[in-house]
Amino acid sequence: MSHLAKHAEIPLDARAFGLLCLTVAVVLALHAPHLPWWLSAVLAPVLAWRWWQRHQHPGRVPVWLKLPLLGALALAIIVYYGSLFGRAPGTALAVGLLVLKMLESERQRDARVGVGFACFALMTALLFDQGMVVTAVVVLGLLPALATLRVLEPAQPRSRGLPRELLPGLGLLGVALPLALLAFVFVPRLSSPLWGAPNAHEERTGLSDRMTPAGFTQLLTDDRPAMRVSFDGPPPPPDLRYFRAYVMAYYDGTSWQYHDVANQHPATIEVARSIHYRISLEPSHQRVLPTLDVPVDVPAGAHMRRDHVVMADKPVNDPLSYSGTSATRYHLEPQLGAHHQRWLQLPDGFNPRTLALGQAWRQRYGSDDAAIVQAALSLFHDGGFRYTLAPAPLGRNAMDDFLFDTREGFCEHYSSAFTVLMRAAGIPARVVTGYQGGYWSDAGHYLLVRNSDAHAWSEVWLAGRGWVRIDPTAAVRPQRVDLGAAAAAGDQLPWTQTGWLQSLRNHWDIVNHWWNEGVIGFDTLRQRGLLTPFGIRKADPALLGLLLAISCVLSGALGLVWALWRRGEADPARAALRALERKLARCGVVRRHGEGPRHYLSRAARALPARRVELQQLMDCYLELRYAHVEPPPEFLQRFRHAVRNFRVIRVVK
Amino acid sequence: MPATLRRVQQWAERRLPALTRYRRPEPLPIELHRRRIYIVPTSFGLGFTVLLLVMLVGALNYSNNAALLLTCLLGAASAASMLVAFRTLDGLRLQNIRAGHAVAGQPIDVSFGFTSHRTRCAVRLDAGDTGAAFAVDATRGETDVTVSLATEHRGWQTLPRLRVWTTWPLGLFRAWSWLHPEQAVLVWPRPEAEGPPPGGHAEDEQRQRLHHGDDPASLRDYRRGDPIRHVAWKASARHHDLLVKDFEEPETRRDWQLDWRQLGRMDHERRIARLARWLGEAQAQGRRYSLWLPDEPIETGSGPSHYERCMNALARLP
Repeated sequence: MSHLAKHAEIPLDARAFGLLCLTVAVVLALHAPHLPWWLSAVLAPVLAWRWWQRHQHPGRVPVWLKLPLLGALALAIIVYYGSLFGRAPGTALAVGLLVLKMLESERQRDARVGVGFACFALMTALLFDQGMVVTAVVVLGLLPALATLRVLEPAQPRSRGLPRELLPGLGLLGVALPLALLAFVFVPRLSSPLWGAPNAHEERTGLSDRMTPAGFTQLLTDDRPAMRVSFDGPPPPPDLRYFRAYVMAYYDGTSWQYHDVANQHPATIEVARSIHYRISLEPSHQRVLPTLDVPVDVPAGAHMRRDHVVMADKPVNDPLSYSGTSATRYHLEPQLGAHHQRWLQLPDGFNPRTLALGQAWRQRYGSDDAAIVQAALSLFHDGGFRYTLAPAPLGRNAMDDFLFDTREGFCEHYSSAFTVLMRAAGIPARVVTGYQGGYWSDAGHYLLVRNSDAHAWSEVWLAGRGWVRIDPTAAVRPQRVDLGAAAAAGDQLPWTQTGWLQSLRNHWDIVNHWWNEGVIGFDTLRQRGLLTPFGIRKADPALLGLLLAISCVLSGALGLVWALWRRGEADPARAALRALERKLARCGVVRRHGEGPRHYLSRAARALPARRVELQQLMDCYLELRYAHVEPPPEFLQRFRHAVRNFRVIRVVK
Repeated sequence: MPATLRRVQQWAERRLPALTRYRRPEPLPIELHRRRIYIVPTSFGLGFTVLLLVMLVGALNYSNNAALLLTCLLGAASAASMLVAFRTLDGLRLQNIRAGHAVAGQPIDVSFGFTSHRTRCAVRLDAGDTGAAFAVDATRGETDVTVSLATEHRGWQTLPRLRVWTTWPLGLFRAWSWLHPEQAVLVWPRPEAEGPPPGGHAEDEQRQRLHHGDDPASLRDYRRGDPIRHVAWKASARHHDLLVKDFEEPETRRDWQLDWRQLGRMDHERRIARLARWLGEAQAQGRRYSLWLPDEPIETGSGPSHYERCMNALARLP
């Protein structure tokens, strides 16, 4: 062990240090997207300077430079994040420390510590984004780390370029992949976290529980996937693909709001037809779980609110998979009862012209609610309204301005105006936000819903029918519902979201879907159900541990077979002679070290007089095979091997 | 009871040759195989395991499957590196051992010839307090690894137990095996620092010195390589070619007959030390010499191999 300690003190050579710097650079690059820009902007030059400085003349960086840097790092992180602990500040600190560690890395031990730390930092990059591409890049980021560890070993062939240094690591990872997958499947998952889950994201994208006209604009140009939905059986037709997130009742003149009230029974629903489906939701950092149309059951860890809004118990900060059942033909809340007034609320002193229009309709059509709805839709369809993602700004009486003045907007404007009109006419109405449409992947049998598929529509309560979905946007722009958001927006979207590129992205998304389904969504529940095909209803942690142990042992056995496997003798004639030697050794004639075949076989012939002729023949045959030809003819070889095989071991009794 | 102990010891020797210290010296070639290769994690390996556990707990806690996959991958790669470490030693063969020459007290260079069917790298050999790292190239035949071993006494010196080890490829695991070849290396006796020249040869030195004069005996034609200052310029001026002053060759030196019996009064080791010094001086002066030792009279000869033979005979004296 003393030698090992000595080896740890060996100074790093330039090659090892270069690879170590590359490892840290990869870590820094992977973390750059979520580090504050100024931190990356400082750390990267420090790393480059250190590499250059050691390249010029090896030596540690003086303490008077290191300590202030260390202090500045800690201070900057505390000032920026307010703490040193937690996911984001902790990661920033780890990456910063890793870069500063380079300043004092002079020995092999430092390099090993640095590599271990870099592996940990690579893992933390996945806490921020566990997409397939990021994971693949992180795995590739292990290569410089492994190459650094290899370079630290003495006496190896000179390198021939960086790719050749990195490739062996890839081979090692490739060999390790089967065992890694087995371990991944069988490592028992925790049903509840050991310590606090990471705090919510600072920035929130996606749907919000508050809707203002034109608030969606950001969302509608964000084409990242929001969720992927697979259905049991055929998917619903495009005009039924409405995914409910929030049901908004309260309007304050500028925005619609959702108020989360727990502990209320969901409104009654009479289901005529329902559909079962599975959703894998991308991290939304919100608690709401979008569901198809009107959900009738809730996944574990979530609760259903009064208006059939499904709320998870904690924000969705990691990809989440859940399944549910929804009604597609139904009577929702056939009796409105005491809640009637709630759905007629309107702020005082706003939108007088809109209110007047609603009241005028009520007077004209009497008690025919359906006719009022139809009047509003006709207004949108024939009133010169235009669908655009860049509408003119609206003033204080936003709905008045929209209905009688600008007449342009998108789903938020239409659903908001429609709902206000309905309430003005005395029809209970509300705004529902969520997603509508999506791209159906035939190959993957799932529906890809992007953030840009966010939508807002209205529901009105009609006597005898309950809540009925009315999509006023469809009256203006039917394509929005039939063909999706991209078709409705026309050429108002960035070029990446239109044409062949978008179609390519849609097709590529199937890979992401598999990744999310197979890897990210493999949770405790799926793991428990893993063995259902084998007749085990619920695989408990003990069983999973056992399986893990068994698969480790099996992989270990496979590895041992590989490790113990030795290539046989390449020369068949020599291999046959070896076989003969083994037989003769059992008869008591052992070939001595450095003894030629001729001497050995004659000695054997003398020692075993009974086999003399046979051995003589064998010797002649071997010598001829060996020395008479440049390339021994195959029949000779055949004969010799045959003769060796037929040589019987007869134990001599001495 | 001792019989049982011996049986256990024999069994251990047979089954666990590398671990037991009872391993007897064995003849060459020695091939490493699975029964004599042992593996433990290095301290870095232990630290890395702790790190992997931390990563595992973190990934499980945040139920982050991508991080879990990465951790599993890294763990499996570490486990695979253990097999690679084993395979680096498995099948390695110590083919022969060659020793250089050294007098007692000076380090002796011993070179170990390793062969293998596969190319291996980052193998290390520890012998006593010293070590060397080497790679074995399967295509190049034998790889010689030279290690300097300390010596104390003249005569046969057994080799210490050799440790062949490696931490290839990641430094996480350390595979090792003990080798105990039965070879011994011969250490020459240390010559005494000073003493009289061989008896009856004192006048020889005198004559020698006389013949180191400068008087040229004759002139001869210049040959390439003659020193310029030997050119007889005056004489050359009268000829077509350069002429060179030819100094007389010193008279052939008398052969030394070194004899163990001449030193009858001295003790054993000092006799050997003196003979060693004489042998060294004779070799340095380019003399012919013979050596008589009790069991091994060596007739007159000269040159490095003769010197080697004489020194070996001295070293082997009881």
